[in-house]
Amino acid sequence: MSGTMTPVLQAKGLVKTYGRVVGLSGVDLELYPGEVLAVIGDNGAGKSTLMACLSGAQIPDAGTIQVDGQPVRLRSTADARRVGIETVYQNLAVAPALDIASNMFLARERRRKGPLGSVLRMLDTKAMKQEAAAELANLGISTLQDVDQAVETLSGGQRQAVAVARAAAFGSKVLILDEPTAALGVRESGQVLKLIRELREKGLGIILVSHNMPHVFEIADRIHIQRLGGRAGVITPSEYSMNDAVAIMTGARRLDEPSGTRSQPTGAS
Amino acid sequence: MTSSPAPVLEPAETVSDLSDRRGHSPANRLQHLLHRRPALSPLFVLIIAVVIFSLVNARFYSAVNLSLVAQQTAVIGALAVGQTLIILTAGIDLSVGAIMVLASFIAANLIYTDNTSVPVALLVAVLVSVVAQAINGLLVTRIKLPPFIVTLGTFNAFTAITLIYAKGQTITLNPGSGLLWTGESFLIGNFRVTYGVVLMAVLYLVVAYALRCTAWGRHLYATGDDAEAARLAGINTKRVLLSAYLVAGLAIAVSAWILAGRVDGADPNSGLNANLESITAVVIGGTSLFGGRGSLIGSLLGALIVQVFDNGLALAGVDANYQVLAVGILVIAAVSVDQWIRKVKA
Repeated sequence: MSGTMTPVLQAKGLVKTYGRVVGLSGVDLELYPGEVLAVIGDNGAGKSTLMACLSGAQIPDAGTIQVDGQPVRLRSTADARRVGIETVYQNLAVAPALDIASNMFLARERRRKGPLGSVLRMLDTKAMKQEAAAELANLGISTLQDVDQAVETLSGGQRQAVAVARAAAFGSKVLILDEPTAALGVRESGQVLKLIRELREKGLGIILVSHNMPHVFEIADRIHIQRLGGRAGVITPSEYSMNDAVAIMTGARRLDEPSGTRSQPTGAS
Repeated sequence: MTSSPAPVLEPAETVSDLSDRRGHSPANRLQHLLHRRPALSPLFVLIIAVVIFSLVNARFYSAVNLSLVAQQTAVIGALAVGQTLIILTAGIDLSVGAIMVLASFIAANLIYTDNTSVPVALLVAVLVSVVAQAINGLLVTRIKLPPFIVTLGTFNAFTAITLIYAKGQTITLNPGSGLLWTGESFLIGNFRVTYGVVLMAVLYLVVAYALRCTAWGRHLYATGDDAEAARLAGINTKRVLLSAYLVAGLAIAVSAWILAGRVDGADPNSGLNANLESITAVVIGGTSLFGGRGSLIGSLLGALIVQVFDNGLALAGVDANYQVLAVGILVIAAVSVDQWIRKVKA
C-alpha cells in the first residue's frame, strides 16, 4: 500500500479504559481501500475493544477516527453504518426465522412509494427481494439463489455469506469481520475466504479479526498485531512467518529485532 | 489473484440441491410446509373437527349454532390478538384478561353511575388498557424482569383492583346503550352476526396487516426470534418490545368492548379464565412460545377450535369435563408440532 493513498479508515491514538483496566492505550490503525487488514492478538490484547470503537459499539475516551480523511464521531453502530462502516459479528446477527431478503434489509426496509408507503407504511417486498437478489449476484454469491428461503434452513457457510452480503451491500466502504470462519468447516471457510477476496477486488477495505493464523496468512495484505492494549506492529505475510507473528503477539520478540539475532530469553520454554 | 478460467469446484451447496434434498420424505416435505405456513395445522384441525361434529349432530352446522360459535369466539379471539403480539416477542402475558375486565368495568360504571357519554367511556377503557400494558412493558424492558413474573404480578393486582372497585357488584346497562352495541346483531342470510364479531374481524385485519406488511412487524418477529441479533442489526429492540405491549393494550380495549356486549354491562367475575384461554388459542394456533414464529390468523383459528370443541362436544352429549380434557390434549399436541417444526433443516 502506497503512503500517498488516503486510508478509507484511520484511527489515531484510541484510548479506552474501563475503570482502572486499560482496554486500549493509544492505538493507531490504518485501513486502505481494496485491502484486507488482519487484526490478531492474544486474549485481552484489545482486539474486541478496538473493533467496538471502530464499529460504534463503544465510544473511545480519546483519539480520532477518520473515514476517507474526514473526521467522524461514532456514537452508535447506526452512526458507523451511516459513514459506511459495517460489522459482521461473530454470532452473525441474523434473524433465523426470516428469509434472506428480509435479513438483508433488516432495520433498513424500503417502503412503497406514494400513500401506501407514507400513510399505511407498506413495505415494498418485491423491490427488496429483487434488490437483494441483485446484490447477491453482484457480490458473486451464487449459492444463494432463493431469497425467499428462511435463513435457518441454510448451512453455516451460507448464513455467514448472508451476513457478509448484508454488510457489504448498499454502498459500504469498510467491512469489519469478527472471526468469520471460527464456526465453519474447511470447505465452508474456503467459501467465505473466497467471498472476502471478491469483496477486496471490489475495493472495500476489510478488517479481519481472526485467531486462525493459516487463514490470516492466506488472505491478509497486512497484519496489525495487538498486544497489551497497544499496537505491537504491522507486518506483511510475505516478509514474516506465522511463528514471527505469534512471537510478536505474545511478546517473545519485538518487531524491530530481526528474528535471527534475537537473544534467547532466560527461563522461557 | 489471477483467476483461473474454470474454478467450478463448489460441491453441492446450491439452493437447488437443497430443494432436491427437501423432497426426501413426505414427513420432511410436511415439516417444511408447516415451517412456512404455521397456521396450516390449526386450519386442518378446525376443518376435521367441524366435519366430525356435523356428522355426529346435524344441529352443529345449523346457521343458528355456527353464529353462536362465532359470538362465543369474539372475546377470546380479540384478546388473543394482544396475546399473539406478546408471545411473538418470546414473552407471555398472564394479565390480558384481568386488564380487559378492569377496563370494561370502569367503562360500564362510568356510564351507569356518572352518565358519561359512550365515546368518553370507551376512551377511558382504551386509556386503562394501554396504561396497564405500559406498566407491563416498562417492567419488562426497563427493569428487565421476566414477562411471566411481571404479568403474574399485574394479573393479581388488576384482578384485585377490579374487585375492590366493583365492591362485589355487577352492572347491567339499559339495552340500547352504545357500550352494548357489540352485542347487537344483523342477519347475513340465516347467520346472525354481532357487531362484536365484526369488530374482532377488523382487529385481526389491521394487526395482521401491520405484522405482515410493515417494518414494525418484521422487527417484532426479528426481536422475538433473537433479540441480540436484532439489536446488532440496528433494531431498537426495547422500543419494539414496548410497542408490542402498547398495541396489545389496544387489542385488550377492543376485547373489553366486545365483553361488555356479551354480558350486557360488566361483571367483575366474567373473565376469570380469559388469560389462559387467550394463551391456549395462540398456542393451538401454531405460534411458538419461544417467540419469532407464528401467524396471527392461527390465533383466530385456535380460538375457533376451542369454541368448536366446547360446542360440538356439548351437542354430542359429552360431559363438559371431557371438553376441558380435549383442549388440554390439543395444547400439548400443538406445542409438540411446534417443536418438530423448529427442528427444520435443509
